[in-house]
Amino acid sequence: MNIGNPRAIAVRITFLLLPIAISLAIGAALVIAVGRDPLEVVDALWKGAFKDTRKLGGVVNFWIPLTLVSIGLVVTFRAGLWNIGVEGQMMMGALFASWGAQYIPLGESLAPLLHLILIALAALGGMFWGAVVGALKIRLGVNEIFGGVALNALVNVISIYLISGPWQPRIGGSAQGTEPFPTPALLPEFSARFPTNLFMIALVIAAFLIVMVMLNATRWGLNLKAVGANMRSALLLGVATERTSMSAFLVCGALAGIAGSYRVLFTFDNLRPLASGGIGFLGLLVVLLLSIRLLWVPLIAFAFAAILTGSTRLQIALKLDSSLAGVLQGLLVLFVILFHGVQEVFFPQTLEDDETAEDSVSSVSSVVKEKP
Amino acid sequence: MNEEFLNTLGSIVGTATPLVIASLGETITERAGVVNLSLDGSLALAAVLGFAAAWTAQEAGVLDVPMQIALGIAVAMLVGALIALLVGFSSIKLRRDQVAVGFVLTLLAAELARFLGADFTRIPGPQITRFNIPLLEQVPILGPVFFQQNLLVYFSYLLMFGIWFWLFRSSGGLTLRAIGERPEAAYARGASVQRLRYWYTFLGGALVGLAGAAYSLNVKPGWSSPPAMQGDGWIALAIVIFGGWHPFRVVLGAYLFAALRAVSSNIQTNGLFIFGQEISFPFVLLNALPWLLMIVTLLIVSGGLTERLLQYMPRAVQHRLRAFLRSDPPKALGTRFEME
Repeated sequence: MNIGNPRAIAVRITFLLLPIAISLAIGAALVIAVGRDPLEVVDALWKGAFKDTRKLGGVVNFWIPLTLVSIGLVVTFRAGLWNIGVEGQMMMGALFASWGAQYIPLGESLAPLLHLILIALAALGGMFWGAVVGALKIRLGVNEIFGGVALNALVNVISIYLISGPWQPRIGGSAQGTEPFPTPALLPEFSARFPTNLFMIALVIAAFLIVMVMLNATRWGLNLKAVGANMRSALLLGVATERTSMSAFLVCGALAGIAGSYRVLFTFDNLRPLASGGIGFLGLLVVLLLSIRLLWVPLIAFAFAAILTGSTRLQIALKLDSSLAGVLQGLLVLFVILFHGVQEVFFPQTLEDDETAEDSVSSVSSVVKEKP
Repeated sequence: MNEEFLNTLGSIVGTATPLVIASLGETITERAGVVNLSLDGSLALAAVLGFAAAWTAQEAGVLDVPMQIALGIAVAMLVGALIALLVGFSSIKLRRDQVAVGFVLTLLAAELARFLGADFTRIPGPQITRFNIPLLEQVPILGPVFFQQNLLVYFSYLLMFGIWFWLFRSSGGLTLRAIGERPEAAYARGASVQRLRYWYTFLGGALVGLAGAAYSLNVKPGWSSPPAMQGDGWIALAIVIFGGWHPFRVVLGAYLFAALRAVSSNIQTNGLFIFGQEISFPFVLLNALPWLLMIVTLLIVSGGLTERLLQYMPRAVQHRLRAFLRSDPPKALGTRFEME
């Protein structure tokens, strides 16, 4: 049977829709279990995300950082690396941008220059934290998952220290957040009716295109793939494996750092604890859902951003915890992965060649087996 | 020894218990060759559902207190076991990557815990009561530290010895180690690798669930958001590595983490005095200590740094020190086994 015949197409469509249907069904069951109407939830989610252009702006404001981290994560996954530290890299970017926003004395007239500096600083911050995970992994044999988790926690401690210490507001100092940054540092809204930042949108698109080209048309992209597929043979083929792995962490860190800067320079206007807001982890879900294919990242990120934005309305409209958004996203990714397995094991003929490569996500087989 | 100090040690043993049980559970799962990465979420979901079950029974007044607790524990264990089974199934049957599925389940279970726990936030419920062991509690030093606890804590001691005995002194344990080290060889000798992997994944997951109940019914009774145990799942996973997949060392690691945490929270509430002199610095930074310890312990056992330092040691001690410090994972950990 080849993949063009009607039965294969039917199987493929079924396996595309089934995970979605099942996760929605489970989501609905959960909503009923806590005594609410699933249709009202759908309504609230939809209105929360798309009721007017203001809401749509909110969706875009989640989409920007989420797409940035997801693009970065495609790079690290390509190299076979589990960059769970992405959340901390976002946060470190946010810290660096916050430092610049408070201490670089550039006035309103030089605001665009200031923004560029702040975004560059944030990229540096993210790269720095990514490099630490990378060095721990590559040089010292500490698995990147655990290194990443620890560094996520560390940067959170640092941010809380800064917020409750050196950067605390002059009045009412608490651990809630710093004072709002000076206006020139804040990224401007396009308009009150569509409150988002066009420059950042352009930056996301640019990052997407550049990484797409880099991955598919350069030696570097090839090296990443080789390292991700098989570290040992890549080494034997003459790929500088350590440098390639490190470069993946740096690229992902830079993108995550920029994503972090957006949270503090636009979304919040100040630095808060946990300003990264789980967007890094959500990025991991986006990329896992897509079996690390870059092409669809912006689209899926948009869908996830819409669910996330819509969920803020659940609390107000239905007194439902907004974590339902995370539940739905998690279920969807879980079932997509599981059904991909079902299809591969029971209907292998319906898959194209590049889809059957066992796991598209290669964690090089183990969390804990490291060769220093 | 002064009584206050012994009390502190006793409370460290008490608060370490969930970490001990979770790490021991993960130890046997990983010994069988399966990584259950979902701990951080499983603990939370098991904790909240266990608490919800116990609390519901209490409100309904259908069971007496010990049975409410037992029900809560049973529910929590079932939750942990089912999540673990899902990791096992997706890897063994569906050939998915254990790390990917485990990670997704971590997030999913944590969100689910938050969602389902919303109605149970900050309400009191049944709690496991203390039970001093007669005679043993009288033993100087050891008595107040280890034997003035509750049944769950005593169970964790038994569990440690039980797992050690099973792993290293029984034929079943030999098979368990074999399916994690060399599944092909174990299969050739007649072990049903897949079935045993399911079984140990299930068992390990049930223990993780029990650890979840140990939080919500004992250490930090009730439920709050963000949950009290947030991050502990990751620490437990790191402890397993630090412990070299050996139950004694794993338990030692769990106590070490709990002790460090007790010291840091003590300093944050009471201040720090050295020779009667008050030392002042931003105490919030102390919250970084467990995570720094996590990195440092992994650095030590992962080899890179240790190997370099060992070069400077005298030959004679090098070998023994290496054997003592290094921890090597089961060779087939995280891999799949196909029966062709």
